[in-house]
Amino acid sequence: MKHQLDARRLLCPLPVIRTQARVATLQPGDLLEVIATDPGVRHDLPAWCRVHGHQLIEIVEQEREIHVTLEVGG
Amino acid sequence: MSQRKAVALISGGLDSMLAARVVQSQGIHVEGINFFTGFCVEGHTHAIRRQPGDKPKRNNALWVAEQLGIKLHIIDVSTPYKQVMLNPRHGYGQHLNPCLDCKVFMVGEARRWMEEHGFDFIITGEVIGQRPMSQRKATLPIVARESGAEDRLLRPLCAHNLLPTLPEREGWVDRAQLHGFHGRNRKPQIALAEQLGLTEYAQPAGGCCFLTDPNYSSKLADLWQHRGVRDYELDDIMLLKVGRHIRPRPHFKLIISREEGENNFLEGYRKEFTHLRPLSHPGPLCLIDGSANDADLLLAARIVARFSQGRMAEQVELELVQPDHPPRRLSVAPLPPTELPESWYL
Repeated sequence: MKHQLDARRLLCPLPVIRTQARVATLQPGDLLEVIATDPGVRHDLPAWCRVHGHQLIEIVEQEREIHVTLEVGG
Repeated sequence: MSQRKAVALISGGLDSMLAARVVQSQGIHVEGINFFTGFCVEGHTHAIRRQPGDKPKRNNALWVAEQLGIKLHIIDVSTPYKQVMLNPRHGYGQHLNPCLDCKVFMVGEARRWMEEHGFDFIITGEVIGQRPMSQRKATLPIVARESGAEDRLLRPLCAHNLLPTLPEREGWVDRAQLHGFHGRNRKPQIALAEQLGLTEYAQPAGGCCFLTDPNYSSKLADLWQHRGVRDYELDDIMLLKVGRHIRPRPHFKLIISREEGENNFLEGYRKEFTHLRPLSHPGPLCLIDGSANDADLLLAARIVARFSQGRMAEQVELELVQPDHPPRRLSVAPLPPTELPESWYL
């Protein structure tokens, strides 16, 4: 199942904090697309995924928005 | 016996990294915790004020967690932290930094987390004598007591200078493998990092909290004074990190972006503030905080024109937008620098 999180206008680490809270409500295998504007998410969300065992699927930049998709780990 | 578990306060700096590693190397399961108070230097200004050629900024706490191979839980404590910041029992440090209360609060939050998650003890990277307020021989016991952590709070870097804690007495950790660092000398930490194979670590300049910054603290004090109330919202403390703050009159101030990153950040607040933007020349976005009358707005426009590329022009045209009003155009002469006194700058 794919979910979306709007983290626009939030500065790091808030997008990570919101992602962390949202992922806690999801099931392993679920996809979460985080939409952010702070370029820090390009580094912070992949690092957060690595330390928590989630899979980074892709990072897509669209104008000023950064779309980070991750798959929730087990 | 099941594996013991410790939660480590991870700031992203060297000391907390070492403390976690020292305990981790004794076979303890360690997870990290990092608190977002709203005043954290980490991330924010770097994200806002991106200079050309800057290295991409990382979140040091996450980076440390990755180096240590531990999970890191970043907790938003900005709401409860307000009471700590506004009413510190132990008072402020040199500026508006409530360091001792802050440490008590964070260890207390870590204790709650530890209890909720079935962990056994807490680790911090504190070193006796390293900080003038929160890391003195007299204040370390206050942190343990008032946080409720008591003897479940282990400071691996200076444990030899303190009484044995529960993890040491119970043999969960070997006290002999802990350390007796003290004072502001960083050489022991650097030597330990080398011994543990930690070759890269963050060396934050100027601390990790805006409240220790005299300019930031003075802007916060100004905000309270002119609003007539000691209070803040998260947006207030974010905006204090950004732009030039100029108060030409007691009842309003200007927040003027200094570069593109700040401009982009302030764009996000346009709808909530009266704002000015040069049209005839490239120039900064300016938010007006407070209640400005027409004469004030003209003065504000002249100040903004002075920071635009039209500063030498006879007239600069600007757009003025007030919430719930149609945009207006103003044409003003840029304010000469001699009419912009230093005392207006916050």
